[in-house]
Amino acid sequence: MKDYIRKYKNWLMLSIFVAATVIALVPLFGVLGYVLKNGLGALNMQFFTNLPKAMGLSGGGMANAIVGTLIMVLIASLIGIPVGILAGIYLTEYDRHSWFSTAVRFATDVLTGIPSIIVGIVIYTAVVLKMGNFSALAGGLALAIIMIPLIIRSTEEMLKLVSHSIREAGYALGISKGKTILKIVLPTAAKGIITGAMLAIARVSGETAPLLFTALGNQYWARSLNEPIASLPVQIFQYATSPYKEWHQLAWAGSLVLILLIIIINLAARFAFRSRHS
Amino acid sequence: MSKKRRFNTSLGDQFLRLVTFLMAFSVLVLMAWMGWQMFDAARPSIHTFGFSFITSRVWDPVKEQFGALPFIYGTLMTSLLALLLAAPIGLGVAIFLNEMAESKFRAVIGFLVEMLAAIPSVVYGLWGIFVLAPWLRETVEPGLAKWLGFIPLFQGTPVGFGMLAGGLILAMMILPTIAAISREVMASVPNMQREAALALGATKWEMIKVAVLPYAKTGIMGGIMLGLGRALGETMAVTMVIGNRPDILPSLFAPAYSMAAVIANEFTEATYDLYLSALVEIGFILFGITLVLNFLARLLVWSVARGPKGGNLV
Amino acid sequence: MSIKKWRSMVWMAVLVLTILLTGCGGENQEPTGQEKSDSANLTGSGSSFVYPLLNQQIEEYRKNNPKISINYQSTGSGAGIKQVSEQTIDFGATDGPMTDEQLKSAKGGNLLHIPLTLGAVAVTYNLPSTPKDLKISPGVLTDIFLGKITNWNDKRIADENPGVALPDLQITVAHRSDGSGTTYIFSDYLSTISPEWREKVGKGTSLNWPAGIGGKGNSGVAGVIQQTSGSIGYLELAYAVQNNLSYAMMKNKEGKWTAPSLQTTSAAAAAATIPEDMRVSIVNAPGAEAYPIAGFAWALIYQNQTDKAKGTALVNFINWAIHDGQALSEGLHYAKLPANLVSREEGMLKTITFQGEPLLK
Repeated sequence: MKDYIRKYKNWLMLSIFVAATVIALVPLFGVLGYVLKNGLGALNMQFFTNLPKAMGLSGGGMANAIVGTLIMVLIASLIGIPVGILAGIYLTEYDRHSWFSTAVRFATDVLTGIPSIIVGIVIYTAVVLKMGNFSALAGGLALAIIMIPLIIRSTEEMLKLVSHSIREAGYALGISKGKTILKIVLPTAAKGIITGAMLAIARVSGETAPLLFTALGNQYWARSLNEPIASLPVQIFQYATSPYKEWHQLAWAGSLVLILLIIIINLAARFAFRSRHS
Repeated sequence: MSKKRRFNTSLGDQFLRLVTFLMAFSVLVLMAWMGWQMFDAARPSIHTFGFSFITSRVWDPVKEQFGALPFIYGTLMTSLLALLLAAPIGLGVAIFLNEMAESKFRAVIGFLVEMLAAIPSVVYGLWGIFVLAPWLRETVEPGLAKWLGFIPLFQGTPVGFGMLAGGLILAMMILPTIAAISREVMASVPNMQREAALALGATKWEMIKVAVLPYAKTGIMGGIMLGLGRALGETMAVTMVIGNRPDILPSLFAPAYSMAAVIANEFTEATYDLYLSALVEIGFILFGITLVLNFLARLLVWSVARGPKGGNLV
Repeated sequence: MSIKKWRSMVWMAVLVLTILLTGCGGENQEPTGQEKSDSANLTGSGSSFVYPLLNQQIEEYRKNNPKISINYQSTGSGAGIKQVSEQTIDFGATDGPMTDEQLKSAKGGNLLHIPLTLGAVAVTYNLPSTPKDLKISPGVLTDIFLGKITNWNDKRIADENPGVALPDLQITVAHRSDGSGTTYIFSDYLSTISPEWREKVGKGTSLNWPAGIGGKGNSGVAGVIQQTSGSIGYLELAYAVQNNLSYAMMKNKEGKWTAPSLQTTSAAAAAATIPEDMRVSIVNAPGAEAYPIAGFAWALIYQNQTDKAKGTALVNFINWAIHDGQALSEGLHYAKLPANLVSREEGMLKTITFQGEPLLK
């Protein structure tokens, strides 16, 4: 091939990649700008400290919904992240090619395709009906079920990337397999695993459908994990479906807070991780 | 740590193996359990409609007639459209970030792209109604009709709300997943590979093509599969822009419907048992479709992955 | 990452969780340990239509009854019916009445329908020159939604609106895609006035629509209407008023043109004959003033309550809501319950008992 054709092709392909990035960012700014435009006006201190107030009364906030979302995402993470990462470890470190691991991978992929509302319905039948009431635990459990397959899949992809020579170096030094995994393989892939976990958290934080049938919602503070609890997506959903402009604005402000919350969790995790490992 | 030391290492190893095995096993249990729960709840509908549930195009809650074909069609078409758009763009973003951008730039843009995943689906939907759909109706669809109108896909009245809007919204939503995973995968390709290619006189694109993409292939496929999973199950945003019409029309401009959307739309107001059961059966079929698609994708990955595999560089 | 670090992260998470939980416990003023008979926590869910009104009534009621917490969540009428039948909530709310079959399968025995408020459905449209108060007859409305009249310059629309310049524009029908009480009332009306509609489509919270685009929720339909020139759809009256959408005048049973308003909606309820159990449709009601597309929203309450404190709090609150609580209606664009109905409802509330003992004093 002539050199100038190669150079031209090189230039063309690289421009395509730049263009792809620009295209990908357009909707982000479009959507974020839209949320800012609509939500910023309703955002003030009271929004973060007060309980929701009825239509027409000023000074209402979503403090309970913010805390509720954090609690349920935390419950979901406490269940989903360990289960997901451990299962991911099994699939890459112990058993890559057997029928069993193929079946598990399969199940994982199938689980990611279940619409979240179905998860809510199943938890409603299995947990809420048995307990006789809606609860933060049921909500967190539903979110955990959505998280688990996402985390397994990303953990697996990241662990697969750790080169075998690294593992072999571990064995060569006489380190046991378990220790090699925990102290060498896992830290090497940690950045990617955390990215995966963050994507999963971001995904479940915005879920409304599975919470309607599990956590229900609450206009007050929940006093225990065994009570209906408020969450940002449900509160946003209720405000957005109402006829009133004041509530629509609160819904936008809620969306803005939800997005910021996810960004903060995301940044915090990255920062915490970077400071440990650099 | 101190607890661990009391065991001898092999016991600790056995323990870790056992725990991770149990967790992996629990996923199988979870799938079987979810599948069973859905099957159980869908039984009245399966019993009443049998196989015709999948082939019937009528969805009439008033007359208690339920058929899922239009929803299956809508789900497959929008997801396919989303993949066709998001996979190349996501891959492009990953290549740009990983192989071309400077490190500061990379961190910022990479973060921004991941933020696409932080936006709740309802927000995408509202933006879709007020920004995307009007833009499609006034600019994109007339343009497509003018230049590509001879293809049935691009015929018909531009409405804005329809298959095209659904596919585009889904593409936006699955893009960060595909981009983030592809990027991580490419980042792990050893630099030696790249240097070797460059040393042989390859241009940057040739280096990417020869040294990076082949090794990242299976990982990228994994990212795309995750994106597909999300596209299939995505609810809120799609239902707000797809037009919600249970019909099978060839045009991308025409309103359509998806499986997850009909469940979310009608579940909370479904007033009798057979109706609820039919909705759950749609969920069950979606479960089946993901199963089949994953099976096909796996075959595809296996056949593609005969070359060098990501991670298995030895 | 070592085991130690993992473990410390888990501990951190547990710690944060504990702090959050004790935090919310601390901010609650309710006494948790000693529940007096006059304090109660109630949970209800269902109709999204009554949510704003109930929400405000609850706030207002709490000013004088600070020990009563009522948590009402808008999950949809169908969900309200399902949940109250399965007793996962203390009361439900719906804007389509339960069927006999559903009532039979309720786990806690006899369920009462107590009307809480009234709603009207407005037929809204988007036309370029925006002629106000377009008149749409029942026959024309049916044929538009059946997909038979497809252009705004159709002769049958023009005949009823002499002097209004109607454009040559395709009609885009917009309807709710999610199951909704608004759809129930609207299709109930079309089924009442048109045998063809009853035959082909029928009434329900979700329908097999012969034409149009589905939008999710009131906001979805309003969005489609606002964004599409030549569109027509139906919305809760409050939604149309609050968002400045133009809505049509409808011809009622007496042949009079009426615009949807709180007065014409109340008039429909006052003129309708309402049976003992309150499960009634008031579409196409008699009365010169009556707006024809209107309906009730009901609270669903078990006649036999299983918890004295909760039951007492519930009947007292509902009794307040149908009396003094109605004062809040108009500010939120809800129609007031007619006085003759309220006294009958009070009679129903008095039949609610705990172990055979009436709860409303």
